[in-house]
Amino acid sequence: MTVLVFTAIVFVGALVAGLLGSLTGLGGGVVIIPLLTLVFKVDIHYAIGASLVSVIATSSGAAAAYVKEGITNIRLGMFLEVATTVGAIVGAWLATWLSTSLIAILFGVVLIVSAVLSFVRLADPVFTGKPGSLSERLRLNSSLPTPEGEQPYFVKNVIGGFLMMNIAGIISGLLGIGSGALKVIAMDDVMRVPFKVSTTTSNFMIGVTAAASVGIYLKRGYIDPGLSMPVVLGVLVGAFAGSRILTTARTTRLKTLFALVILVLAAEMIYNGFAHNI
Amino acid sequence: MARNIRDADLKKIIGQLLRYGVLSASAIVLTGGVVYLVRHGGQYPQYHSFRGEPDKMRQPVLMWEAMLRGEGRPLIQVGLLVLIATPIARIVFSIFGYLLEKDYLYAVITSIVLLVIVWNF
Repeated sequence: MTVLVFTAIVFVGALVAGLLGSLTGLGGGVVIIPLLTLVFKVDIHYAIGASLVSVIATSSGAAAAYVKEGITNIRLGMFLEVATTVGAIVGAWLATWLSTSLIAILFGVVLIVSAVLSFVRLADPVFTGKPGSLSERLRLNSSLPTPEGEQPYFVKNVIGGFLMMNIAGIISGLLGIGSGALKVIAMDDVMRVPFKVSTTTSNFMIGVTAAASVGIYLKRGYIDPGLSMPVVLGVLVGAFAGSRILTTARTTRLKTLFALVILVLAAEMIYNGFAHNI
Repeated sequence: MARNIRDADLKKIIGQLLRYGVLSASAIVLTGGVVYLVRHGGQYPQYHSFRGEPDKMRQPVLMWEAMLRGEGRPLIQVGLLVLIATPIARIVFSIFGYLLEKDYLYAVITSIVLLVIVWNF
């Protein structure tokens, strides 16, 4: 396979990954890394590097659209970024210590956990209840624009959400993914933020989280331009299309399908990790 | 109310910043990609084993010099640097925004995030 053919196929794969990742909120990285390592036999370090860069593109590209709509809770995002960036640096540091086989196994486990957790989500948080004193002081409470007007909501359990974000950051830095699923869970189930707010705010934070660890990857030579180019461009086009669809389409069935694909990929990653093929 | 208006302005500008950052980065990456494919499109990619990138793909100054010599891959890396700089620029901008709003708590929180990122580059 020549560079030209390889680039074209990776571009198409990244485009689909970006579209699905953006629609389901699970991120494109979760498909790109298995695609590169399992199908194209790319070393996992290069795959993680390319995925991490693409994560920045996805997040920034889609966030540009979401932020304007006024759904993103920017203060909440900024505050939680303290947790995710510190975590991301710890994760990138860990990535250089762990063997590639172990990273592949961890990747598979995180994929399964993300896919399963995305289905056991609680009902969309109610808009009632008392705000916590910390969320008052940090002015994290906001409102969501709905057809019936501004709907106020309260952020709960700030410390629990902060710690969960720290873990999400470590995973992002270690595995080169946005770990959007974990971020959404931290906000949805722990902090009780409305689903639309947690999805867009998670997306808003992912770019900054990835930017914290990508410097370490670049310095170590994990980021290959020839590989990153089709991945980044493909994911960007896909994510842009996804951000156009998100506000109108119902994505439940798509999410089920995507989660099944992820489960298969996760099993493959774990098997190949134990077999030391990766 | 005045704060709400400023918040809306801030959101609009952050949105623009992200959009133009990503657009210019992808234009540079695409240009570098075309140069790279024209020069090396017929070769065979080698990604099976990890060797690590040469210095000109890792250090911004060397990247820039190689790019000026007309090489495609360093140009892609420069585009990726612009991409990485986009969320960082968003943070820098937000700090100014919060200072203008006299929201000192969030100016400090955002500065901490910036320091964590810059400290590692």
